[in-house]
Amino acid sequence: MGTAIGGILSFLISFAVMASIYAIFTMGLNVHWGHTGLINFGVAGFFCVGAYTSALVTSPMPTGVLAQYIKQAFGFNAPFLVGVLAAGIICAALAVLIGMLTLRLSEGYLAISTIGIAETIRIFFNNERWLANGPQGLIGLPQPLHGLVPPAYYNYVYLVIVLIFLAIIYIALEKGIRSPWGRVLRAIREDEIMSGANGKNVFYFKLQSLALGAFIMGVGGALYAHFSAAIQPSAFEPLFGTFIIWAMVTLGGTGNNKGAIAGAFVVWALWSWSTFIILKIVPPAFQTRAPYIRYLLIGFLLIFILLKKPKGLISEERQVSKF
Amino acid sequence: MTILEVKNIVSGYGSMEVLHDISIDIEEKQIVSVLGPNGAGKTTLLRTIFGEITPQNGKVIFKGQDITGFHPEEIARIGMCYVPQENNVFDSLTIHENLEMGAFIRKDDWQPRAEEIYELFPDLIDRKHDKAGFLSGGMRQMLAIGRALMLNPELLLLDEPSTGLAPFLVNDMFKRIQELNKQGVTILLVEQNTQALQCSHKSYIIEGGEKKAEGSADELMEDEEIGKLYLGR
Amino acid sequence: MVELIVYGIVLGSIIAVASIGLTLIWGITGVFNCAHGDQMTVGAYVALLFVVMFSKVNIFQGTVGPFSFSWGVLIAFIPAILFSVGLAILMDRWVLKPLRKAGVHPIAGFIATIGVAWILRGMIYIFWGADFHFYAQGLRPMIFLPLGIKLRTDEIFIVFIALAASAAVYIFLQKAKMGKALRALSDNPDLARVSGIRTERMLVWAWGIAGTMVAIAGILYGIETQLRPEMGWIFLLSLFAAVILGGQGSIIGALAGGLVLGIAQQVSTAWLAPTYKPAVSFIIMILVLLFRPVGIFGKRRE
Repeated sequence: MGTAIGGILSFLISFAVMASIYAIFTMGLNVHWGHTGLINFGVAGFFCVGAYTSALVTSPMPTGVLAQYIKQAFGFNAPFLVGVLAAGIICAALAVLIGMLTLRLSEGYLAISTIGIAETIRIFFNNERWLANGPQGLIGLPQPLHGLVPPAYYNYVYLVIVLIFLAIIYIALEKGIRSPWGRVLRAIREDEIMSGANGKNVFYFKLQSLALGAFIMGVGGALYAHFSAAIQPSAFEPLFGTFIIWAMVTLGGTGNNKGAIAGAFVVWALWSWSTFIILKIVPPAFQTRAPYIRYLLIGFLLIFILLKKPKGLISEERQVSKF
Repeated sequence: MTILEVKNIVSGYGSMEVLHDISIDIEEKQIVSVLGPNGAGKTTLLRTIFGEITPQNGKVIFKGQDITGFHPEEIARIGMCYVPQENNVFDSLTIHENLEMGAFIRKDDWQPRAEEIYELFPDLIDRKHDKAGFLSGGMRQMLAIGRALMLNPELLLLDEPSTGLAPFLVNDMFKRIQELNKQGVTILLVEQNTQALQCSHKSYIIEGGEKKAEGSADELMEDEEIGKLYLGR
Repeated sequence: MVELIVYGIVLGSIIAVASIGLTLIWGITGVFNCAHGDQMTVGAYVALLFVVMFSKVNIFQGTVGPFSFSWGVLIAFIPAILFSVGLAILMDRWVLKPLRKAGVHPIAGFIATIGVAWILRGMIYIFWGADFHFYAQGLRPMIFLPLGIKLRTDEIFIVFIALAASAAVYIFLQKAKMGKALRALSDNPDLARVSGIRTERMLVWAWGIAGTMVAIAGILYGIETQLRPEMGWIFLLSLFAAVILGGQGSIIGALAGGLVLGIAQQVSTAWLAPTYKPAVSFIIMILVLLFRPVGIFGKRRE
């Protein structure tokens, strides 16, 4: 009985860690889409870069025998927080670069471009073995405060760490939204032309918003890397890396940070618990295929949310009156 | 017989009300103009009549039938046709194909009718197989009207047909409108150009979504107030 | 190099066939259908279902002429197309139409099609699993062209079918009344309505064409490589790029765009790993968007 409860508790803690990490991502996406109206379908790209940056920065360069199996471009063996910070900064820089290229494009094209960028990033990490060990990815990533408690209880510690980050980001964003800067962003989302800012200013604001959101996503990626202690490019494909986050934001209410966090927990609950339940009900012969039921789940969820509250996702139709 | 009655229409876009209780009526075989400055609601009026906008209040009655809330596709099938002010031809289709599309809902052979349109607008013949997007402003307007005429409408709605036309072409346009009318087509014309007054049996003047005056050309010209405010006298 | 270009034409013609449906729908509704790739997958797998059935009851088993596949594969085109068209029409009716009616920005439709894409892919995984499948095992007859180019006979079939299908759609759109109406709808949907053309009904025709092309493309791709559940999604970036390159709503553009991309992707393998092909498509797409957003044959559109 003790172990059963222990098992459930351990499951719940893992669940909470991942949900919180996803919650961080939803807040990052909210900066882009919820507050500024930028359609970023390339979240997976930031997820990937954030995770890998922190991984590489905090890992040592492999030496000796290991060097034959693991190839890395660099490894600074730096502390955890440095890794997380680096992840955020690199992602922000990447976002600025992407923004310079693509912000001129209209929304639909921006959306498609971001999908392509994320895929290209993933393919790059997968192919270029010298960078981060290609498809095998990196393993044995350092975990902060590892020695503090027995390994069985490590996740509790990590949960606290993630929750601290989550709280800091939440508070900072809530303050930011109420600031003049936040108001400008929202005005841009509502209607670029009417926000009063001229074209050049709008561009810089959008760039800032992109950088901020990406920074947050980079932090999320880093937290993920050190939680799972092993990462590979296949983890950052569009379903897990981008669209599940969109489902979370859509469900929780665009632009609403509390809602975003709630959305993250709900969707992640659906995702991880459904796997659990499915594996219990589905006969053994189909066990390998059962996880794919989650594809259906996410698909139906997305469609359901859109049909139920189409105006919720895309709040105001830009009204152009024709006289 | 009154072919069109527009009763107390309140209409607009979303939460913005553009027409505040407008009523007009048109007798068969007349040419009726609705004049007014930019923003008066002229296009909104036509779009409401033709079903592109559903009015918040009021009725549109065509040939005795209440067509309020009908869709444009349905209205086109019962004898009314509409020529928008802009984007009124299919740019990537040829002149001939534009006419064919105008006749899309006809069950019979549309070619004879197309020949009649070419007779009305002979300038179009030479460039029959050219894409409409490459036509000059004047020819576009002719094609736009021709497209609408393919269905032999009893009532034709024209939204500022003189837009963008050189002055001599404008005269031409109004002459053709009168010719069409002689052939039996009732015409509701919306314009900024006061020349429309002269060729109309009856005119309305609207501004700010409200009816300011109605009457024949002479009646309106005689009234000094109206002359000053709206007719540039 | 010439060999790569030839392979590029083969790949390009498959991209072109699928892109035609995508650009048609985009031109008329303004929605970029993200499920298009997975619809290809569905078409391919439905055909597979029938091919397997045929082999179980031992009919249509002989190989077709010089090609590697059986008559069963050819016949399987029919149910695959029918299913694909039905699926497309249902998808429009249940998912896209309500969004159109709600008057929301086409982006909502875009996101909704992503949902549909996941559903379709999930179904494929559930019914067939993640393994590769093939239409035909065994020999793949080759022919030898001048300049030392080796081509599979199947690939000639592919190019031929692709061109025939594309030509058929093109002629339909140019000459048939319904086809012209579709072009009109794509050109100016408001004016089409004003002329009495029932847009919703015409859309069914458009989906019919799109569904047919997508099924054909899926089967052709299955013949060219193999069937796996991700096959369509991977293709999607290429489809997007082809459609953007060719211009919104332009059939010729989709054809040209497809061929250009196919060739570019194959030629890129001279320098880059084959897994970079989607990235190549993407880079071309970005360049087009930055420098000539309307594409080669596109018109100004919002």
